[in-house]
Amino acid sequence: MSELIYFDSNATTKTAPEVVEAMLPFFSERYGNPSSMYPFGGETAREIRLAREKTAALLGCDPREIIFTSCGTESDNTAIWSALRTQPDRRHLVTSRVEHQAILSNLPLLRKMGYRVTEVGVDENGRLLWDQFLEALTPDTALATFLWANNETGVVFPVAEMAEACAERGIAFHTDAVQAVGKIPINLSATKIDLLSISGHKYHAPKGVGALYVRRGLKFSPFLIGGHQENGRRGGTENVPYIVGAGRAAELALANLADENTRVRALRDKLEKGLISAVTHTRLNGGGAERVPNTTNISFEYVEGEAILLHLAGKGLCASSGSACTSGSLEPSHVLRAMGVPFTAAHGSIRLSLSVHNTEAEVDRALSIFPPIIAKLRAMSPFWRGDGPAPGSLLTCETGACQVCDP
Amino acid sequence: MWDYTEKVKEHFENPRNVGVVDRIDGDGQVGSLACGDALRLTLQVDRGADRIEDARFQTFGCASAIASSSALTEMIKGKTLDEALRVTNQDIADFLGGLPREKMHCSVLGREALEAAVANYRGVPLPAANSPIVCECFGVTEREIERVARENRLTTAEDVTAYTKAGGGCGRCAAEIEKILARLADRGSEAAPQAAPAPGGTGRKLTFLQKARLIEEAIREEIAPALMHDGGDIELVDIVGDEVQVTLKGACAACPSSKRTLADFVTGKLREMVSENITVKEVRP
Repeated sequence: MSELIYFDSNATTKTAPEVVEAMLPFFSERYGNPSSMYPFGGETAREIRLAREKTAALLGCDPREIIFTSCGTESDNTAIWSALRTQPDRRHLVTSRVEHQAILSNLPLLRKMGYRVTEVGVDENGRLLWDQFLEALTPDTALATFLWANNETGVVFPVAEMAEACAERGIAFHTDAVQAVGKIPINLSATKIDLLSISGHKYHAPKGVGALYVRRGLKFSPFLIGGHQENGRRGGTENVPYIVGAGRAAELALANLADENTRVRALRDKLEKGLISAVTHTRLNGGGAERVPNTTNISFEYVEGEAILLHLAGKGLCASSGSACTSGSLEPSHVLRAMGVPFTAAHGSIRLSLSVHNTEAEVDRALSIFPPIIAKLRAMSPFWRGDGPAPGSLLTCETGACQVCDP
Repeated sequence: MWDYTEKVKEHFENPRNVGVVDRIDGDGQVGSLACGDALRLTLQVDRGADRIEDARFQTFGCASAIASSSALTEMIKGKTLDEALRVTNQDIADFLGGLPREKMHCSVLGREALEAAVANYRGVPLPAANSPIVCECFGVTEREIERVARENRLTTAEDVTAYTKAGGGCGRCAAEIEKILARLADRGSEAAPQAAPAPGGTGRKLTFLQKARLIEEAIREEIAPALMHDGGDIELVDIVGDEVQVTLKGACAACPSSKRTLADFVTGKLREMVSENITVKEVRP
């Protein structure tokens, strides 16, 4: 395999060398428990405090508003269940149709427990349907929870305005900012956001550490019940090396924010424009909306995503797809479907997500890797002939009875 | 990431027989762009010998769909149509050294394309065409589900989804799929009250009535539709002990290979679905 081109930073990122270096002493040398009464342990509590300050600086909040967790999913779950437990008289939750599984997978359980859930839709560019959002907010609503930036398309929701609308109505607002942090400026002190989730491994900390912002004064109920750690808000001995790593990564992310928004954005734009001009019959998903600077989602029509990914992998290029075949489910990405992307394009969708560690040379190589792969797959596709879609091709199956052919 | 065998990867990287045959004698198109995989199989047939001279495919789909299509063409080239029709989806998966369970529907797609191409060559309708749709999301018929479940000995709705996609969309047909599986299981246990091994197992004690019912069902559900594929038909005349007496009709009656059809196919199916002791005798109407 040729040298790796990693364009899948929305899946996970490389742990930055500076982060690894910061973490290393806390495994075999400074391994004391922060709760211990002797300096060998107690001094690590100071390191956690520093990491909390660095994380708070990245988010523009008070360090006391940060709870360290194990991952973004834990942060999301904590936010949802805390909001419900602290407001037992409210039985309604508002979210969107394009959320991450960390939120979506809670919904069937909530419904089973008797909660009402409203899933607000999006337009063809993945933008929130604002009127639908406002209509969903009721006096019975315990929590509104929305992605800040979508993991598949990079489309950004106007969470500051949304939190404002919720605050006016006395409704708690949570945002999963896992794909936003480090990519766009976040200043929580200037917003009405009550709860916010982040995950370390999306901004060059290792997998296994996340954080939840809880606005001061907000009623809170812990998800992991145990010791007094994290000010009694998250039981369990602190994961010292990883929290230290998350702190260092937050520091780097803040320093790299300008680069992310200029150089990385330019790389993404070059990649996106280059692919769309080099390959015919493509579709830019979410291109008409405000997006984080590192993500692009392109459908290559008449070919299937998993086949593209495997050929890309053969050339050393790592990416993701919203096709059915890559998910193990049989239907393509719920995000693309909510945007009304036709199934025919959703199956051939590819997500490319960059980071500050990518280079222009990699973008140039990617631009030469893609076209022959798409051409090869189209050449063997029954829906393709010569330079375009096969005329009168079999767009419907022989029964013609499925919901797509005959809705 | 899927755990594909080296053989799957190899056929995906270097697919054999891509394209369309020079002279299209049989053309089978299954799946759809919307469903996420589609396969067109074209056959060039030596009409005298009823033998597949060339087979080529065009596939829209994932790596396992492309590899299954490539494998299928390699397996059927040079075979007579009857021999080719005996290729099962499991044969395709075996040829590739196995497929992930969730990808078994790719092998089923291959087998369906083959049947469609042969039916197109012979100018007969597909037997599944008149069966009611169970899964509306993916347009899967009751007959397809029954057949794939029986041939692959599937016992759970998840397996049915992995092999046919049925139930993998909105999930509304889950109860219907369970019903089909329960019906298949009932047939099995009715015939074998002492928990015999899977369908067609050996050493089952059948009452005459049970045996007669199973024979009737095998002929009605499996054997007759397959022969109708070839423009023929079969009628059950009598059952004497383990001897099943049948009459062949239509194209089968005049077909020189009918004796082999009987020996190989009818006997095989009855032994598989009823009892290993079955013999078949052709009687004049």
